[in-house]
Amino acid sequence: MLAIYKKEMRTYFTTPLGYVFLAVFLAVSGFLFAFSTFQSQTSDVSGYFQLMIFGYIVIVPLLTMRSFAEERRTRTEQLLMTSPVTIPAMVFAKFLAAFTMFGGTVLLSCLYYLPLFGYAEENAGPNVGRAFGCLIAMLLLGMCFIAVGIFVSTLTESTVTASIGTMTILLVFVVAAIFNNLIDSYVVRSVLSWISVYSRYVNFTYGMFDIAAAVYYLSITGVFLFLAIRVYERRRYA
Amino acid sequence: MIEINHLVKNYGSKFAVDDVSFKVGEGEIVGFLGPNGAGKSTTMNILTGYLSSTSGEAKVGGIDILENPDEAKKLIGFLPEQPPLYVDMTVNEYLNFVYEIKSCRLNREKHLEEIRKVTKIDDVKNRLIRNLSKGYRQRVGIAQALVGNPPVIVFDEPTVGLDPKQIIEIRNLIRSLGKDHTVILSTHILSEVQSVCDRIVIINNGKIIADERTENITEAVDSTRRYSVKIAGPQREVLAALNALSGVTSVEVTGERELDSYVYLIETARGADIRKPLFYAMAEKNWPILGLESVGMNLEEVFVRITDRAGN
Repeated sequence: MLAIYKKEMRTYFTTPLGYVFLAVFLAVSGFLFAFSTFQSQTSDVSGYFQLMIFGYIVIVPLLTMRSFAEERRTRTEQLLMTSPVTIPAMVFAKFLAAFTMFGGTVLLSCLYYLPLFGYAEENAGPNVGRAFGCLIAMLLLGMCFIAVGIFVSTLTESTVTASIGTMTILLVFVVAAIFNNLIDSYVVRSVLSWISVYSRYVNFTYGMFDIAAAVYYLSITGVFLFLAIRVYERRRYA
Repeated sequence: MIEINHLVKNYGSKFAVDDVSFKVGEGEIVGFLGPNGAGKSTTMNILTGYLSSTSGEAKVGGIDILENPDEAKKLIGFLPEQPPLYVDMTVNEYLNFVYEIKSCRLNREKHLEEIRKVTKIDDVKNRLIRNLSKGYRQRVGIAQALVGNPPVIVFDEPTVGLDPKQIIEIRNLIRSLGKDHTVILSTHILSEVQSVCDRIVIINNGKIIADERTENITEAVDSTRRYSVKIAGPQREVLAALNALSGVTSVEVTGERELDSYVYLIETARGADIRKPLFYAMAEKNWPILGLESVGMNLEEVFVRITDRAGN
């Protein structure tokens, strides 16, 4: 498993993909950060984190689209599948590598936070607790998005299809809550609110650690990784 | 070492592998021969744990590949039809990755160097696989199968894409591997299995149609000799003269290639060499021989011959 993790990490940095991800992430997050704090004359970063969720819809697929689709296209999956590595270990190693890239970049983007201390002096500095809550939520949400991306990547051998498919699913996840306000049917609403990752995010922006939401995000991650494993186990029989 | 029992793999109503059974003993080199689409690759993919079978079992070293895949896979080195290469890695990085993923416990540097030497890729070890030619890629694929020194080695068409000199080198390599490994290789080239393998398993349409020692197959194939000869002369009379030669079992006209000259396909009985009598007979009648070559058998004809013989 460690071997696959190392290989994945190396692939991110020996191909343009890792750098493109870093550049796009930092550009988008930098712009949104400046826009939602300096521009709006506030030191509250919860707005920034909420906007970033939409950014992730585009950014996360960059990270996950290759993971299985490329292996399948180049037939290297045959090496992985005939090696003494279990399918869960393989899926988990790839998930972990993508999450390492994601988490690392998120932590790097925390540097943006520093100027706020100088900027917001008169209103007693930015609310660190609240920002910290948002950060944790961000990582949980990213985990969940990456699992979706990994799952979609197991379904196709085209990286383009994988990224577009991932974006579509993530978009549905995020905007489900918006449709919620337009629909009267109780059943549909409860289904929509169940899949809505966006609405669960709100408590974190108040600086609260919402255990229910954390469990929800971890469960979604688990479900999609499990589905990815199932896809691979199933493929052997097809 | 390898045991395949009543293996079946079907996709709906199409049977890729249909009730295939055979055994391979330790240290044996077995050639898996068949035309394209016969089920060679499918059988190998099942044996190595890449695909699962619809029914039947495949065992390596007594371990069932479906029941205990991790243990069984440790015993196998596999070169698939298309070598599974990460083109963004150098040859060395790639072999190191394979070494790690197979969780080998050997002297890494020494082991990998040895493999690079026998497959003759030591001179490209620091180059990106992306930039290597087809022949080198194929050899990196072979090197990959040897990492960890597995007791069973499975090669799916190992000499495809190599030039004639490399083919000979790879065949020699496979033969030397056979001394302390069990090797299965698939091919659709008859002469390849004849030169390398101890035993030949012939498969067609998912079914095994022959499983024999190489000598027996060679004997069956060589029991008649065939020549294609081009003679300038009147067709009917030439035909009669050819049939009159001793040792000729059948003559067939395959076409007119030039004005007044025809190509004849002559089959002769075993042990008869008709080349000299043929020359003198034609010279006597003043019909010049424009070309004479012996014709090998293609795979389909071998099938027919072997199945015919099995029928008798």
